[in-house]
Amino acid sequence: MGAAILQLRSELQARFDVPLGFENRREQKHLPTGIEAIDRLTGGGVPCGALTEIHGPESSGRTALMFALLSEATRRGECCAWIDAAGAFDPASAAETGADLERVLWVDCRGNAEHALKSADLLIHAGGFGLVVLDLADTPAKEARRISLASWFRLRHAAERTGAALVAVERETNARSCSALRIGMRRKQAVWTGQLLRGLATQAESDKHYRVRTAEFTAAR
Amino acid sequence: MYACLHAPGNLSLLVECARGFSPLIEENPPDSVVFDARGLEALHGPPAALAREIERRAGVKANIAIAPNPDAALHAARGFAGITVIEEKKEAAALAKLPINLLGGSPEFAESLHLWGIRTFGDFAKLPPLGVAARLGDEGVELQRLARGEGYRRLRPLEDPLEFEAELELEYPVDLLEPLAFVMARLLKEICERLAARALATNEVRLRLTLENSPVHETSLRLPVPMLDQKAFLRMLQLDLSGRPPIAPVVKVHMAAEPVKPRRTQQGLFVPLSPEPEKLELTVARVRHLVGADRVGSPEISNTHRPDAFQMRAFAPGLGSRPGGSVSERAAEAPRLCLRRFRPPRYAQVLVVNQRPVRVMSASVSGRVTVAKGPWRTSGEWWREDVWNRDEWDVALELGEVYRIYRENDSGRWFLEGAYD
Repeated sequence: MGAAILQLRSELQARFDVPLGFENRREQKHLPTGIEAIDRLTGGGVPCGALTEIHGPESSGRTALMFALLSEATRRGECCAWIDAAGAFDPASAAETGADLERVLWVDCRGNAEHALKSADLLIHAGGFGLVVLDLADTPAKEARRISLASWFRLRHAAERTGAALVAVERETNARSCSALRIGMRRKQAVWTGQLLRGLATQAESDKHYRVRTAEFTAAR
Repeated sequence: MYACLHAPGNLSLLVECARGFSPLIEENPPDSVVFDARGLEALHGPPAALAREIERRAGVKANIAIAPNPDAALHAARGFAGITVIEEKKEAAALAKLPINLLGGSPEFAESLHLWGIRTFGDFAKLPPLGVAARLGDEGVELQRLARGEGYRRLRPLEDPLEFEAELELEYPVDLLEPLAFVMARLLKEICERLAARALATNEVRLRLTLENSPVHETSLRLPVPMLDQKAFLRMLQLDLSGRPPIAPVVKVHMAAEPVKPRRTQQGLFVPLSPEPEKLELTVARVRHLVGADRVGSPEISNTHRPDAFQMRAFAPGLGSRPGGSVSERAAEAPRLCLRRFRPPRYAQVLVVNQRPVRVMSASVSGRVTVAKGPWRTSGEWWREDVWNRDEWDVALELGEVYRIYRENDSGRWFLEGAYD
């Protein structure tokens, strides 16, 4: 039986030229974002039990993407933690996106990135959260760069242990090799109609598995 | 099956002993306690073994009787030394030798029996019931039933007031939190044990510290779910006290817990895991200690048109604290435009040409306005001091960032409210 499988595998490998020896690799679970283009780009959403970085400048759709993810996670019954270094979380926008705020624990650190990092560490180690967002989007890049690689490793390790999807929102990437997925956001243009701001068109870029791919979406009012 | 303990002068010890066996206890002052022993066979074996176990735990020399009804057990314990076990339907024979004075009754009744030459329960039980009724009335009939061991009544259970409090006066004032923690741990242990003995938990722990030459320091822990974790309570109280320490040395510690029924829930097989409430509460207390008490929780949007109006509620997912939940009915299929707020709004200088903003200058954001849409006037709550009245604009700057700015109509000052992202 074993010999037959080995023979079949070698024949298939010779025919399709793909490695077939990784059958024991653990299936990676994903938390979908609810945005089809991003889910296609990332292979199903943000990975659970891993660190994902979403980076980009202001008005590049980072928050729209995160609120869509938050909405999807709470809709699935997950408990979520939003650690907000700058205190920029807008409950009204999150509720508009469809997030169940009762399942969201918001920690408002009012500009203290160190407190945000410690809170994230405490909450992710407590376990039971499906999604933990570390929002450093308004933290100055210089201050965010001071977060040591050891801290990122600690967070990643805790995420692996508890199975939570840990997402850091930043101006630029900081976690380097600790992150399993990096999504770079770029603003394209604001969409105006008459006297109204209708939305923001943005472009997302993922460098997963060293292959750079892009997707576009519009966050509409 | 009922058990009775009888030991002159040791009623409180007997009550404590009986509590270890049953919640249904009847005190019979001055020196007897009867309790419901039904169902204890499964734990302690036959009645004789149960009686030996009661004797072992009593702590004092006591007469112990086990009988099918409370009165028979009470009379046997008062009349026979050591352990007495009375089987069902053999009550009359077992009680026959007891002296008649144990039966009680009025002095006239006792005198009549004495004149008739009745000296024991057995003598009285043998008298014809109709004759007893004719000569001694209802009291005689009732007491004859007791003498035959036929009495049946419900226990009058002893009800303790449900107060879960403990206090300790210190020999010398304590001015450090660490030694105070030992005192609090001791009081918490006492209260938690009392709650556990009654299958209760608590959702509020109150701490009152009497200080030396200063006003009383009070604090309380309000928990979203009933808990009975002594270590978690202690840690939360320590965090609370380290954030808001007493202003003077402590001379007396008083602690109280609000008793409530414990939480009993079962997670569904296919429901995502939630944080363990007890562990979560402790974690949230730690985060609260770090960032401030009013900055951690679950936001609830207030029912008003005031911009950025919300209240921070305790995070208690899935406990139905908000009827109907807070999910927007317009839950989006497509990503929605979101605002990142500046708290507090940032003051800005705005250059206005032809009643439209053309340039924004602030400490963090500056630039030429390429597109400006507005104004949208909002105002409200004129009856309050913090009335709002403003004109809002959505502006795009030259690098492509889009902000919401507004002008306060009363003061004429401009502010950056947030960035669209």
